[in-house]
This record gives sequence, structure tokens and C-alpha cells, in this order.
Amino acid sequence: MKKSSLEAVSLASTLAQGGKVIAAVFTKSSFKNQLEKAGATIVAFQDISYSPTKHGEALAQLAKKYNSALILASATLHGKEVGALCSASLDCPFLADVVEIAGTQPLKVKHPVYAGKAIATFESKAAQNVLTLRPNVFTYADHPTTANESAEQTQIANVGEMLVDFVKSAKAKKELTESDIIVSGGRGLGGPEHFDIIEQLADALGAAVGASRAVVDAGWRPHSDQVGQTGKTVSPKLYIACAISGAVQHLAGMRSSKVIVAINKDKDAPIFKIADYGIIGDVFEVVPALTKEILKRKG
Amino acid sequence: MKIVVCVKRVPDTETKVKISADGKALDQSGVNYILNPYDEFAVEQALQLKESAGGEVIAISLGTAETEKILRTTLAMGADKAILLKADNYTGITETRTIAKLLATKIKEVGADIIFFGRQSIDNDAAALGPSIARELSLPFCGLITKFEKTNEGIKVGREADGGIETFTLSLPCVVSANKGLNTPRYASLKGVMAAKTKPLETIPVQLSDQLVSVVSLELPGARKEGKIVAEGSAAVEQLVKLLHEEAKVI
Repeated sequence: MKKSSLEAVSLASTLAQGGKVIAAVFTKSSFKNQLEKAGATIVAFQDISYSPTKHGEALAQLAKKYNSALILASATLHGKEVGALCSASLDCPFLADVVEIAGTQPLKVKHPVYAGKAIATFESKAAQNVLTLRPNVFTYADHPTTANESAEQTQIANVGEMLVDFVKSAKAKKELTESDIIVSGGRGLGGPEHFDIIEQLADALGAAVGASRAVVDAGWRPHSDQVGQTGKTVSPKLYIACAISGAVQHLAGMRSSKVIVAINKDKDAPIFKIADYGIIGDVFEVVPALTKEILKRKG
Repeated sequence: MKIVVCVKRVPDTETKVKISADGKALDQSGVNYILNPYDEFAVEQALQLKESAGGEVIAISLGTAETEKILRTTLAMGADKAILLKADNYTGITETRTIAKLLATKIKEVGADIIFFGRQSIDNDAAALGPSIARELSLPFCGLITKFEKTNEGIKVGREADGGIETFTLSLPCVVSANKGLNTPRYASLKGVMAAKTKPLETIPVQLSDQLVSVVSLELPGARKEGKIVAEGSAAVEQLVKLLHEEAKVI
């Protein structure tokens, strides 16, 4: 089970206050053990191959069957589209990328807007709501309980949408939006070949590798690595920005990181204004030294 | 083919967000508005599809009167017609369902073979309008596409997900949302800008009826605690690691 899925179940358990928590799983196995540890009281499972509309529909049918007041999904790529499709099927409100539940009667949630430059608090008067939750924000806690398994047999009509292929990347990459630690590189690295120092530091920390827009636009790194307003929004425990100046669009994507470290040779780089810790220096000296120090302490 | 592209007027990425006096909205003074960056990829793909398969491109948007300028931009890029659902009190950060229904009704009337969206708007960031309208119209959907191909049976699209590439086939009519990397959006030529002035732009006033979801407040994110420069050069590394471990407790 994805960490972010378990975060959602854990939150559901807290909000349910003793009420039913239904974990919806669209695979052959029910993952009952992990889910009941997180707080699920019912695990409703059914093997449905992925297609956005099918999963959205199946989720909506479950919400109707169990008369759920709140439907939660993690704000991953799949979670966001399935959540939105589900809410449209139920004809109920959809609130995306929630970072805080501010109230339950009526439901009040907070989510970032303007790429995280502001936080909006929304209140819903609807009896049923679909929320997607930003990964890494709602800390997982065990809520051990005993879950009943329910093998569902929802009939979903074919809707002309079919997943025909999935090709995994040769290099298994950590997903940025779900990573606890991210090391990011910017244009100051000078070229794609210099990203090796970033990757080595990331390996030492068990971190994901991110990139600024400049680096992606220059073709050094793929768009899926981009952190920022037109890339990914991340909320890791630790974000290390290497040779990144700190343009407002980049900050929009990483400013909710718990701890920010900046390494840059320009003491006036805007990134230092938002960093918790900064090192003024040449990334080609500092980053390998940092990797060495981390490995030394690990060993 | 009737190719519809749904676009939005948003504050540009340079915007320094200030909160309005009532504490619920963006203070608009000094804000520069643009076509949502992700919508550019949608418009470009719509135009490329028209160029290869024939037909017309219809741009549609829900917004205040000022949204007309954004629709003229899409006409200047090459769209044939534009439709504005004019909602005077639209703020851009509303819950999606309300506007999805209004747009879906008009799009159904138009009779689209394919509807393009940008993956998300950079103000609301919900990525929900495309899926919502797809479901409203009972059409297949695929979001965040970075590959697009017209086939005999419909379309074939690809996107990055879960550390790999997913490929979907969709029958027509269908809905897709475009991600950065799908194509390189064209600039409007001067000829395009001139032609846009006389292309048809229909304005239909709509009402955002009493919504179930309302904005209670809009706030700036909490200021971060002031940081410190640990030291200069690689000599600072030992101290930094110590601080990250003992003080910040993140490693």
C-alpha cells in the first residue's frame, strides 16, 4: 500500500470518530492487514484494471452503498482524477490538495491556491464531499482495528477508455511528491552531466531528485523532475536546493517543505531568504563534501 | 472534427499575492492576467489536430468580462470561434462542480468530438474541471497527457505515472488534459492577432448560483522562521549535518 494511501485511511479513522471507515481497493488482494492497522473497519475490494472513469465510478458506487459522508483519496495523479470523476458521479463538491481539516460540522478544509502562494479555507454545506489529500502532510498513525472484508461486484459499464500499456522507467525513480527528502539541482550546475553529484547525495540520503524549471527547459532533466509552479508541488521533511537561485515560481513548488537547505555561491540568491540553513559556496565542493559526511555518519 | 478547447484566465506566475480587504480573495491591483500556461498546450494540440484531421477549433471559457482578452489570444493562435460564459462574480478559486455543469451544458450544445483542457489552472490547482466535465457528459477521460495520436478508432495518448509511461486508447467523443511536454505552443502571429479581432466570439451571461462551497478566508502562508547561513564552503558541511540531525531532526 502506498504511504499516502495509508495516510488517508489513518485520517479517515480520526475523522470517523468510531464510525465506519471503508477502504476501497481495486486489486485482487484486499491488503486487509495494512488497512485495518491504519483504521479501516471495512475493506471493500474488487479487481478492476485501472482506467480513470472506471475507478471513479466504482468509488462512487461504494460511496452510495455505504452512504459515506466523506470520500478521501491521496492527491496523487491517479487519486486526483479518480476523486474528481467520483465527485462528478455523485454530484457532490470536490476539494483538491487539502492540507488541513479545519472543521467537520460543517466541513471546513484548507488547501493551497495560486501555486501555494496563499491558503484558502473552504466551507461545504454539502452532505457528501470528496477530498484529495496532499501526500506527506497528514502524518500516519496506527489505529488498529478489525476490518471486515467485502468482495465487491460492482458492474461498471465500459466507457471507451482503456489502459493498453504501462512501461516502467528503466531507472526506478522515487516519486517527488511522496518523498520525505528531496535534493534539487538548478542551472548553476552547468550541464546535465553534473547532476551526478546531486544523484549521489540523493542516494546517500535515500532522497528523490528534483530540478528547477531552467534545467528542465534546457533538456537536462525530464519534466517529471521539475519542482515549481508549472511542475510539481512537494512537501518533504527536507529540501536541499543546490545551485538554485530561488525564483518565485520555484519557491511556489517547495515552500511548504518542513526544512529547507540552500547551497549557492551567490550570497544574494533569493533562496537564502526562505532557507532554514544555508551554505554559501561552490556546489561542486559543498555537495560532494556533504555526501561524504552523510556516508561517514551512516557507516 | 469539432474540436473544443476549454481555457482559463489566471494571474501570471510572477504575481505577488496580496489578500483583498474582505480577507477572502486575491487583491487584484497590479495583477497581470494571462492564458493559463497549461491551456497553451491544449490550444496547440487542438490546432495541430485541426491541421491534420480538418474541422474547427472552438475555444470556451467561463470568467468575468475580462476573459474575452484571453479568448482573443486563442483566436489569434488559430482557433476559429470562441464562447465566453460570463460570470461577473467569478474569482477563479471556486469549487469545480458549479462551473463544470455550466460549461458542460454549453459544450454539449456545441457537439464536440474531442475536448482539450490544460492539466490544471495555476490559481485553483485542482485539475478537476476536465474529469468533472467528462463525467457530466459521460465521456472517456485521460489527464496530463504528454503524447497524443489520432487513430482510426479514436485517439491514443500517453502520460507519465508511477515512474513509467501509461498509454490509453479513448474512443470519440472524449476529454483529455494536456501536460507540459505534449507540444511546443505556437505564438500568435501579427496576422493571427489581426484576424482574431473579427472572428466570432459569443458572450453568454451565466449565474453562479448559490454554491454549497464557499471561501471562508484566504491567507498568506505562515512566515517561515528566519534561517541562518551555517558558514561558507565545504567547511560548513560538518556543522550542517549536525544541525540537520540534532536541531532540525530531519536526518
